[in-house]
Amino acid sequence: MKTLTYPFTQAMVRELHVGDMVNITGKLFTGRDSVHKYLHEGNPSPVNLRNQIIYHCGPVVLKDKKTGKYRVVAAGPTTSIREEPFQWQVIRDHGIVGVIGKGGMGPKTLKACQEYGCVYFHAIGGAAQVLAERIKSVDGVYLEQFGSPEAIWELTVEDFPVVVTMDAHGNSLHQQVLDTSQAKLKELIGQGH
Amino acid sequence: MAKKSRPKAAAKKIIKKKVASPKKKTSPAKASGDVFSSLLELLRRTSAELPDDIQKVILEALSREEKNTTAEYALKIIQDNIALAKKKSQPLCQDTGTVLFFISHPANFDQIKFADTARKAIVKATELGYLRQNSVNSVTGKSEPSNLGPGHPTFHFHQHKSANVEVRVMLKGGGCENVGIQYSLPYGPIEAGRDMAGVRKVILDGVVKAQGQGCGPGVLGICIGGDRSSGYLESKEQLLRKLDDTNPDKALHELETDIVASCNRLMIGPMGFGGKTTLLGCKICSQQRVPASFFVSISYMCWAYRRQGIVLGKNGAISKWLY
Repeated sequence: MKTLTYPFTQAMVRELHVGDMVNITGKLFTGRDSVHKYLHEGNPSPVNLRNQIIYHCGPVVLKDKKTGKYRVVAAGPTTSIREEPFQWQVIRDHGIVGVIGKGGMGPKTLKACQEYGCVYFHAIGGAAQVLAERIKSVDGVYLEQFGSPEAIWELTVEDFPVVVTMDAHGNSLHQQVLDTSQAKLKELIGQGH
Repeated sequence: MAKKSRPKAAAKKIIKKKVASPKKKTSPAKASGDVFSSLLELLRRTSAELPDDIQKVILEALSREEKNTTAEYALKIIQDNIALAKKKSQPLCQDTGTVLFFISHPANFDQIKFADTARKAIVKATELGYLRQNSVNSVTGKSEPSNLGPGHPTFHFHQHKSANVEVRVMLKGGGCENVGIQYSLPYGPIEAGRDMAGVRKVILDGVVKAQGQGCGPGVLGICIGGDRSSGYLESKEQLLRKLDDTNPDKALHELETDIVASCNRLMIGPMGFGGKTTLLGCKICSQQRVPASFFVSISYMCWAYRRQGIVLGKNGAISKWLY
């Protein structure tokens, strides 16, 4: 088990490799479909994302009616591949060093990870409670007009568990598993014919 | 639980004690009020508690995976998550999905009244954080805070001969819904013909296409035949079956068993990390088709398999849990 502690740097993420199990401690910014489209269209980010990690997540957030404080009730990853058309550009233009999501991403993102020094971390899809427990505070919210799940939530996390599935060296576990399973499929459907 | 012989008033009193909210109610609980509480509890439990039949196969999967692999790691976190969600009474997954109601009811059942009550229960469940604000206007892109809107939730009413009202709820997240797929046979890319061998080919192809995107290990609900809409609906209804049941149709039973075994040789594994468990189960039905059409409709359900069901008693209270 490796650890990655805030403040993050490009050098830190370049030391990570596919298959590494990592606990992240520090700051994360959620951002999913609307945020990526918004940044891709050239709009300025409401927060400086340089050397930050973006988390593909639409959390369930409740606001305490008395204190006005936010509390994250559930916060697992959402499917990342939808951001494939935009992610490379967000990595390039905003200098993010990590992306957390699920299901992996494609060749454009992999290339950007290699070129600009970024890593794709896979969180466990559906594990919204385990992951919400590792969120220690909600420090801000931006672009709330996109609706609660689509806003940028600034979070502080402790020992947030992820697996590196795409590294800054051009390796993708998703490509490896796809290749293996496609070869197996050929074997399997060759039978019974 | 109210006994059938108990006088109505007394039964109501007991039920009220069991389900009343912390706030003291001054007006007596109406019949619809009880249905509201029952549906709210059904939504809470569906969101927070994985049914026993699913938990069992996840445990089996955990014991099957190699130690110290990312596959085992993923399943351990999944295990912890199941326990934690139940303990905290909070959503297993933050994507609380499309809310699907399947209602089996006797004749003379008021569907409109039921749907109104169910919508109110969804609004409340969303306020309480059992459900996420998950209803987006497809034209304007605006998220609807009440979690309602055209097509959300969906209701599927079926009349049956029993006097019971059975309500099943499925919360189907977008990740797994997105990897659902409908094939029209023949399907050229893998030479899948219009026969059961072709059906098998496209099902395996669908699982390879899904990879880890649908939060595997998952369960397939499949309909062979039907039209484009009935095929998908039937495939979803297959997911209401208990995982340990046996398909009465021998050919379909054999196909179900084969699909699970074959998919687990694909080495896609939990979350698509690679590993021995790609599928936890497969449920298949068939419908008649017209000569020109041959659809195979596949619904994928993630490991966070949120479906629960209740039998509503005459007073609207929960008289039995179905899973």
